[in-house]
Formats: sequence, C-alpha cells, structure tokens
Amino acid sequence: MMSWETVIGLEIHAQLATRSKIFSSAATAFGAAPNAQANLVDLGYPGVLPVLNREAVRMAVKFGLAIAAQISPRSIFARKNYFYPDLPKGYQISQYEKPVVEKGRMQILLEDGTVKVIGITRAHLEEDAGKSLHEDFHGASGIDLNRAGTPLLEIVSEPDMRSAKEAVAYLKKIHTLVRYLEICDGNMQEGSFRCDANVSVRPVGQEKFGTRCEIKNLNSFRYIEKAINYEVARQIEEIESGRKIVQETRLFDPDKGETRSLRSKEEANDYRYFPDPDLLPVVIEQDFIESVRATLPELPDQKAARYIEKFGLSAYDAGVLTASREMGDYYEAVLAALKAKNLEGNEKLAANWTMGELSAALNKDGIEITQTRIDAERLAGLLARIADETISGKIAKEVFESMWAEGKDADTIIEAKGLKQITDTGAIEKTIEEVMAANPKQLADYRSGKDKLFGFFVGQVMKVTGGKANPAQVNELLKKKLAAG
Amino acid sequence: MTELHHLTLAELNEGLRARRFSSVELTRHFLARIERLNPALNALITVTAEQALAAAHRADELLASGEAGALAGLPLVHKDIFCTDGVLTTCGSRMLSNFVAPYDATIVEKLSQSGVVMLGKANMDEFAMGSSNETSFYGPVKNPWDLKKVPGGSSGGSAAAVAARLAPVATATDTGGSIRQPAALTGLTGLKPTYGRVSRYGMIAFASSLDQAGTLTYTAKDAALVLRDMAGFDPRDSTSVDTPVPDYLATLDQPLAGLKIGLLKEFFEGGLEESTAKLIREALQVYERLGAKLVEVSLPNLPLSVPTYYVVAPAECSSNLSRFDGVRFGYRCENPKDLVDMYKRSRGEGFGAEVKRRIMTGTYVLSAGYYDAYYLRAQKVRRLITDDFARAFQQVDVLMGPTSPTPAFDIGAKVDDPITMYLNDIYTIGANLAGLPALSIPCGTVGGLPVGLQIIGPHFAEAKLLNVAHGYQNETPWHRAIPKGYE
Repeated sequence: MMSWETVIGLEIHAQLATRSKIFSSAATAFGAAPNAQANLVDLGYPGVLPVLNREAVRMAVKFGLAIAAQISPRSIFARKNYFYPDLPKGYQISQYEKPVVEKGRMQILLEDGTVKVIGITRAHLEEDAGKSLHEDFHGASGIDLNRAGTPLLEIVSEPDMRSAKEAVAYLKKIHTLVRYLEICDGNMQEGSFRCDANVSVRPVGQEKFGTRCEIKNLNSFRYIEKAINYEVARQIEEIESGRKIVQETRLFDPDKGETRSLRSKEEANDYRYFPDPDLLPVVIEQDFIESVRATLPELPDQKAARYIEKFGLSAYDAGVLTASREMGDYYEAVLAALKAKNLEGNEKLAANWTMGELSAALNKDGIEITQTRIDAERLAGLLARIADETISGKIAKEVFESMWAEGKDADTIIEAKGLKQITDTGAIEKTIEEVMAANPKQLADYRSGKDKLFGFFVGQVMKVTGGKANPAQVNELLKKKLAAG
Repeated sequence: MTELHHLTLAELNEGLRARRFSSVELTRHFLARIERLNPALNALITVTAEQALAAAHRADELLASGEAGALAGLPLVHKDIFCTDGVLTTCGSRMLSNFVAPYDATIVEKLSQSGVVMLGKANMDEFAMGSSNETSFYGPVKNPWDLKKVPGGSSGGSAAAVAARLAPVATATDTGGSIRQPAALTGLTGLKPTYGRVSRYGMIAFASSLDQAGTLTYTAKDAALVLRDMAGFDPRDSTSVDTPVPDYLATLDQPLAGLKIGLLKEFFEGGLEESTAKLIREALQVYERLGAKLVEVSLPNLPLSVPTYYVVAPAECSSNLSRFDGVRFGYRCENPKDLVDMYKRSRGEGFGAEVKRRIMTGTYVLSAGYYDAYYLRAQKVRRLITDDFARAFQQVDVLMGPTSPTPAFDIGAKVDDPITMYLNDIYTIGANLAGLPALSIPCGTVGGLPVGLQIIGPHFAEAKLLNVAHGYQNETPWHRAIPKGYE
C-alpha cells in the first residue's frame, strides 16, 4: 500500500471593512434591500468610471505589513473578462500581474507543539460580484448588486499545508489577524471571509505535485476540514483505482459532505486579463507605508509571545487567549483588576478561568466575549477570593455559575450562600473527630494499613462541611489525627 | 444681410451679452433650421426643442440679471455618446436605442452650468467606431458640402450639424481621429485635447486609453471659448489630469514669428492625394509669411500607428462593450430561451457589423496565447510612437501635416472594405496613441470639398495649438465658408 502526502494551498477572500465600495461611493453595509446599495458605477452603466477607494489600499498595506510581506511600490488593476448576470460590467476589476502585497508569511502551531511557517504568495485587491438569486422568481433569476464592488483582499498561500488540520489552523490565524487589524469583520455566514482550497495528493517522497482540484464554497472552518478530508480520500481512491485526477473546480456540498465537479480546466473561461485603462497604477510611497505601519496593533503572535514570556503561559494557552483581540483584551483586563487588588502572580489562574469556565459559559449561551455576563472586573473579584483562600476552586465554580445566572459579584454570592471557606483549625479538627467517630470500621481498616481509605475521610469531611473546608488544611489535619490513634 | 447662423460662436456670445438678440431668438432660429434642414442631413438623432427653449429662457433671465455663466444662452449640440440626464442617449446603436440616461456626463454638466442651450443629440458611428458615419443604427449622415459624400466619422453628425449651421458648436469625441477627420471633411475647426484634459465621465467608452472629448466649431477662437469651460480635473475620472486650465482666449493673439513647425515626413508619403498635399503646402507658406520656420522631422515608428491602434482600440472596446448584455439596460432580445440565448441574441441583434468586427478582433488579441504577440507588442510600439513624438517636440513647437489623405468620399464607397476605411485615420491615430492634443482647421477646397490642416502639439499645449490655428484663420477665409444651400 502506497502512502500519500496531501498538499493544500488556500485562497482566502476577506471583505475589507471600508464604508464605501472599492470603486464607487455606494455603502457596503450588509443586509440592505436588494439593489438599494448599488449606484450607477456598481450597475456598470454606460459612461461611468471607477475611482479607487484609498482606504482599501491602506487596509491591504496594513495586512501586508502584518505578514512581513513586500508592499509593491507600483501595482496595477486589471480586468478579468467574463459574462455573468451578477457581474455588471462583464469584467471584474482585480490585480493580476502586479498585486499590492507579495511574499509574506504566517506561522501556525501544529498539534505536536511545533511551529510551521506558511508562505503567502500574494494578496491583491479586487471588487466582489453581485449575487444571483435563483429561488422565488418563477423560472427567472433575480440579481442583487448590493455586493457588487465591495472591496476584497484575496490572500493566496503557497501550497505549504500538508493536512486539513494545518489548513484550518492557517485559516484561523488569518481570520484572527484580519480582525486584529480591523480590516475585515470575519463574518463567514455573511460571506465576509471565504475560502477556496487547492488540494492535491502525491506519493510520500515525490517532489512533483499531483494534479490539483480547487474546492469552492467553503464557508465554515468545519466545512473546510470536512471538504479537504473528503477530497483527499477521493483523490487517493481515484489514483489507486488506476484513474487520473482531472484538474477541475469542485463544489463542496455541506449537506452530503462531499465535493462534486463544477467545471473542468477545459471549460474554464479565458479571462483575457489586461490592465484596466480606466485606472492609473497604484503608486505607494514609503511615507504612506510608514504611516500605516504606525497604526499596526500588537499582532496575535507578538501578544502570544509576550504571554509566554511574561506570564509563563504555555504556547497553547497563549494561542487560545490571543485567538481574538477581544479575548486578549478581556484576559488582560482581568490581570489589571487583580493587580489593582495587589494580587499579581495569578496569570495562570486567570488564563485557566478565561479559557475554561468563561469560554464554556459563552459557548453554552452562544454569545461573544464582548457580550459576557461576567465582566473582567467581576471575574477578577472571584479569582481574588480563590487567591486569598476565602473559597476553594471547587466552590468558586459554583459561585461562578451563580454570578453568570444572577449578575451579582462574587463576594455578594459567597456571603449570601455562606460559602466562605472554613480555615479555622479548631473547627476542622472538630469535624474530623466527628467523622472518625461515625466511621469506626473504616478507621480501624485504615489504621491496619488500608491507606487508600484516606480519600474516604477527606470526602466525608468535605461532605459534612458542604465543601467549604480548606482542602489543604483538611489533608494536613486528617493525616495527623488518623495517625494519632 | 448677416443672419444669426453666419456668426461665429464668439460673435454670438458678444451679441447675446450686448442684448442684440436673445437666447430664445437664437435658439428658435437654430431649431427652425434643424427642422428644415436636418431631415436631408440626418445629423441629429434627437432634437430637444422644448428643453432648449426652457434653457434659453433661463439663460436670458441670467443674462439680464448679470449672473450668467460664460457661455450663457449659446446653442449647442452634444454628440450622442455623452449621457444626458432624462434624454435618449443612443451612441448610434440599436443596443441603446431605448436608453434614457439617468445622469449627465461631466462635460454636459459643466457646459450646462456655463449656460449652454442643448438643441439635441448628434448622430455618430455606432459606439464611435467608424470614419464615415455609415455604421450608425440611425443611418448615414450626409455631408452638407455634397449630400452624396460622407461627413467623416465617428463625429459625423456633430460635424454636419455645425457645417450646415444647425448649431454654432458641437461636442465630439476623438479616439483615432473622430473629431479631426470629420472637421477636415466638413471644413470645420476640430480640437482633440490632450488625453486627460477633459473628463471622460459620462462619455460612453469605446477605447478608454484613447478616447477624448473635444469640440467642432468654426474657429479656433470658438474652440478656445468652449474648451475653457469643458476642461479640467474630474474626481470621477481617475485618468483626468489635475493641472490648471489656462485662459485659452488670452493667448490666442500671440505672434507666430519664430514658431518652429515640424513637417512630418511620414505624413507626406503613401496615400496622400496630390491636390490635398498642395493645399497643405500653401497653408505652410502662410505660416512662413507669419514668421514661422519649417523643419522636416521624422517619426520612424509612426507608420505602425494604424496596426497598433487596431489592436489596442478593439482590445479595450471588446471589454468596454461587455456591459451591454441585455440584463440591466439597453436592448434585450424577444423571448430569450435561457441566459446564453439572451446574451447571444441581445448582443447579436443589438450591435452592428463594425462593432462586432472590433469586439471579435479585440477578444482575439487579448486571448490566451495571442496576448503577447498582439496586445503586449502593440503597447510596446505605442510607447515607441510616444517617444518619437517626444523627441520631435524637443526640436519643434508643433507638428503639421494633412488631417486626412483625401477629401470626403462617396457614401458607400469604402463601407465593404474595412482596411481602406481604417487607412483614412492614418494621420490622426498617432496623436491618440501618444495622448497628444491635435486640431484640424480648414485650409482650402478640392473640387468644392474642404481639406483640413492638422496641427499636433506636446501634452497640454492646447493654448499653443489654438494660438497657431487662430493666427492662420486671421489670414485666411476658409473657416468662414458655408456650404451651398446652407447660407
């Protein structure tokens, strides 16, 4: 049996968060009535001309700087010619030979903890097409041109990924980055962040790439993984059955979980690219680049490195906490609140709670961290009570649930429910003595050598105290008392 | 007795301002001529009489109140390539035979703000593709000098209208000679400004890197008057150039002594008829008398301009005309079976033969495997031609030569022979490829038909061109000649 290697390259379309379109003054907001946001330029009326939106260029440069790419001093818009009803001019304005961003890279963290660098061939600006609507028109099609002319940044990777998981990791990193940079809202459902995957397989050890297929319509991280895995299995099956892979575009069907052929290379359009004579070359001066560089925020990888170095977090934890700008902001707000209480040195604790209880609660309610029911200040209030040993970690989870449900702060809940940890040695000793008296058989067994029964006594003490006894103290005192006989 | 249509635009402007006649009188006068004379000429596709009279009334009020724009009350015809808000804008094509533009082209807007009165929209070769105005869906335009002859193209309707005194000025466009060649064939002054001098916004694109709007008038002074208000940077056209518009009238009378005129060696070779060549030489003698010096210059790559043009222009047009697909505006075929059928029949029925020929040529030169050999090579040659001109302008102030190899030819004579038709533009195309300003002025007649002298200048030298043309017109009567039957 031959073993196969998967080769994947991704083309990501990120809709840039400009207020107006890339070549017209029409608004880009999602969800307007059909064609309400399409002006004469978007409709491709006779005589109208495109004028480049500078903001789109600024965003592309920002992205280029964030992936350590080259910014082309002179890039060119070209026309990609083909007929389709939702393409009003009969051509799409895009960048072909000279894109604005070239030769960048992005690091991803693999499951085994190693870091891999994915090359980014180019990122270029282009306009989006409109939408064809095939339902509800009784045999005809409807055209909505609101999206026509929306600025897109197409980010093309090198064929550097070797598994669906790597592809997803890379896609998530780009997704995180564009939102950090505030150049794309990253909304995959609304199509603001889309992806096509070029997938091929080759025998392990072979240098030459296999014939690739392009998979379209991948609008969630889950679909991408599913689609790539399906496609890889399909290609291997084809080759092992003695057939050849045909270069083609395939569409992922999320309902069936499979890809199917859309068009072969032979059927592909000859796009007749040529420089758009209506637009001048985009000249980018060094001053402009520097002014954009000055607006770059701390990037996810820089932030993660800081968390690892300064807070002692693991690479994995740092990755999770920096996966969105909002998550990192929340985490650092918790640290700041703890610092204000003179409780520094609890970075790991704060990380565990942000990634654990908080993220779980957010997921359960299906809300974003910006909509959290426990703000950073309140979470810090809870963590402070763990740190000063007022409550145990286990009780803290109970308190957290009440905080989430009732919207009150930790101290109020601890007070009202009497959850304050018992740290009074005398009180704990008294309880231990009661438990020992109530369980003479177990006591005798323990003393005759059944060490495992220690856990039983701990459990009994905690049960009697309603979990409020300080676990460390219980351990220590129990050991003493049990041995004392 | 001098009638209103005997006056130049500048004279009409003075008359209006001196209140010797009103804009309404002037407008009525030209509308009456249009009604009487246009049917035989077919120069106008649309006449906007009602709007014209309303605009004339407004202009008269403004003239009376002293708040009028520089061109207030002057009648004008727009080539039907310019979008005019609420008015049919056909581009000479069946494809747009139902297209009422929802906005004004920038030049239409600017000239309206200056107070011009639009009389109507001028016939033209379909999508400005043609040199004889025979490709129009609305039928050929006749040359007022001889109704059997073509008026030239593509701005044939604009030229015939002004030559026949149906309007004292018309806007026009020039992609490969479409202002200058009709000017030559109808005895007018036709100015094609520098590429980028006048906004292309609202001008239906033929070949975007070559198209430029300009004017057809009687005199260089008239052209100066109109250009001043037409030209200028337009934020809606990225290829328009942000450089100040000079007062073209202010420099018209500068003396021409010492002017260095380059004679284009290549323009006096090939298909130039001797009778035309003779008139050009006589015109040059006039300049010599005015103190100009003649220098022969050579532009070695200029003979390549026709093949270069017929790659670049069709390439751009094949893409520019893709938007005419029957989906959103314009002609749509009856009962399409499906999408492909709608595309094929809407475009097949909506476009005429010459437009289809150029779309196919353009599609071919851009297609995979041919792009480098045709489109890319043509762009390189275009660069060489531009460089040739730049070198020539290091030696001379302006270049001169014929506008067209022959005077107006018979309607139908070349319609089945595209190559011969294309060669008509042999002298005019160079300026488009290099983006240079150029004009044609009448310099005599051959067999009763006008002949044009072409003057080409460096980028943004419109003021110099108008000055040079005006100096000649001070010495000669040709620009005053009115075709028989139109006096």
